[in-house]
Amino acid sequence: MKILVTVKEVATVEDEFEIEGTEIADQYLGADLNEWDDYAVEEAVQLQEAGVADEVVTVTIGPEDCEQTIRQALAKGADRAVRVWDDSLDGIDLLDVDAKTEILRAVVEEEDPDLVLTGVQAGDDSFGATGVSLAADIGYEWGAVVNHLEHEFDGDVASVRRELEGGVEELTEIELPAVLTIQTGINEPRYASLRGIRQAQRKELDVQTLADLGVDESAVESALELTDMYEPESESDVTVWEGSADETAAELGELLRDKGVAP
Amino acid sequence: MTDVLAVADHRRGELRDSSYELITAGRELADETGGDLHLAVISGTVDEFAEKVNREGVDAIHTVSHGEEFNHDVYTQAITQLYDELAPQYVLTPNSVNGLDYAPAVANRLGLPVVTDTVDLETSGETLTATREMYGGKVETTNELDGEAVVTIREAEWPAAEGTGDASVEAFEADIDEDAVGSTVNGFEEVGGGDVDISEADVLVSVGRGIEEEENLDIIRDLADALGATVSSSRPIVDNGWLPKNRQVGQSGKVVTPDVYIAIGISGAVQHVAGMKGSDTIVAINTDPNAPIMDIADYAIHDDLFDVVPALTEEFQ
Repeated sequence: MKILVTVKEVATVEDEFEIEGTEIADQYLGADLNEWDDYAVEEAVQLQEAGVADEVVTVTIGPEDCEQTIRQALAKGADRAVRVWDDSLDGIDLLDVDAKTEILRAVVEEEDPDLVLTGVQAGDDSFGATGVSLAADIGYEWGAVVNHLEHEFDGDVASVRRELEGGVEELTEIELPAVLTIQTGINEPRYASLRGIRQAQRKELDVQTLADLGVDESAVESALELTDMYEPESESDVTVWEGSADETAAELGELLRDKGVAP
Repeated sequence: MTDVLAVADHRRGELRDSSYELITAGRELADETGGDLHLAVISGTVDEFAEKVNREGVDAIHTVSHGEEFNHDVYTQAITQLYDELAPQYVLTPNSVNGLDYAPAVANRLGLPVVTDTVDLETSGETLTATREMYGGKVETTNELDGEAVVTIREAEWPAAEGTGDASVEAFEADIDEDAVGSTVNGFEEVGGGDVDISEADVLVSVGRGIEEEENLDIIRDLADALGATVSSSRPIVDNGWLPKNRQVGQSGKVVTPDVYIAIGISGAVQHVAGMKGSDTIVAINTDPNAPIMDIADYAIHDDLFDVVPALTEEFQ
């Protein structure tokens, strides 16, 4: 079985930040492997260790800067990586679900995986839709918000649990090939070992342009246009206790006694 | 005219609240240009569901009787066929786990853009303006979209529609291709049972990512012991395996309404807030004064939990 894992480098934002136009100013941004994708990578690597998967390939849409993040996934055990970037993607502040789907479809057609694992959502734009959109587009089956995947497959059928709201899990069988969107908590993502990190430097990281993939530039023009970004107005009418930890703890202690809920 | 097709949400024989919220959101959009609000009720006891969702503001209800439970392949086929029949401007679905299991597929099959997890919507008839959060709620954005679209709405953002409606109810004969149904739901399981029911507690000492390390949980347990309170947590603590699932507060965990909820090192992601906003009194201990938890907290201490928590424990020893 061949597994393709979508890996995104997401922007992280400091507690205090400023907005310039429709973007957060660069100096307040960091970068990290998307949390949900970390779980997807781990699941794929575990399937490989269990002898179920023969090859784990990651795919990322992103500029050269994000290769360090891609190497993180390789260091954890993925075999090789594909990175898609193009001059036409430079300066686009929002890539919508369709645009991502178009690009990823081309990669899936080239790699022909049995299973595609994506994170449930990305920590920055949080659409939570690309995996299912991709599945519909390429004619794969799918399952959204998977928090358990049986590592023994019954022929071409995957047994999963989908995490519904309110502590209910749905037990579902999904025919392969399929796209599963992976929820946090499905496993315990490993830290890369030093050996893994060294090996990752030598693993294949193939860079493809849209032309290489046969994707027309017009495909990445998003229908969705980001027109404004602002800090949400706080509706807070919170009473803030000031002072040393002893003083604030005493205030809280008094409140709890007033409410009759503490000794 | 902006017609809207909204898709009711049900599970295990019960309509979910989001079905009624969709009516409100859908009615608002349709009203902006004088369009109709259509509602699709797919699978399960559709006639009973249709009666329940026949609330004020719904113009027409279309029932698709096929199977008992949600199946994304059935939904995707039924909705695309209804779309072809009704030609609405917007397809509106809940941003629930199941909504996200079919809305993107419907959009793709119809060749429409999809915008998810919206918290506010306006339309001029041609242009949709959707408000949604980014970066875990640190910012809000507005996004514009011309023409038809599939839109998912965040749960509990719009009020539930009320009153009795006079919508027409019609069975829609969807042509479901069974060969294209590649997933089977075999059942459900309630998780998070066990020795403790956090929804019964009067005081919850709830811990989040700010605790940093598993061994630091001891200071939380010590505080709970001193107060005679119960320990609960946000999602990351359970994801890490530091506490069992039955301690998780939030959308995918338990909904709690204690007398006092002490949120320690919890930023207050929307999924967490959904599970605890009904608490009588909410106290937040967090170094970040801009954390979303401050929006719903009654009292706050903007300080290091590693200083405040032991000091509070000492108060009660």
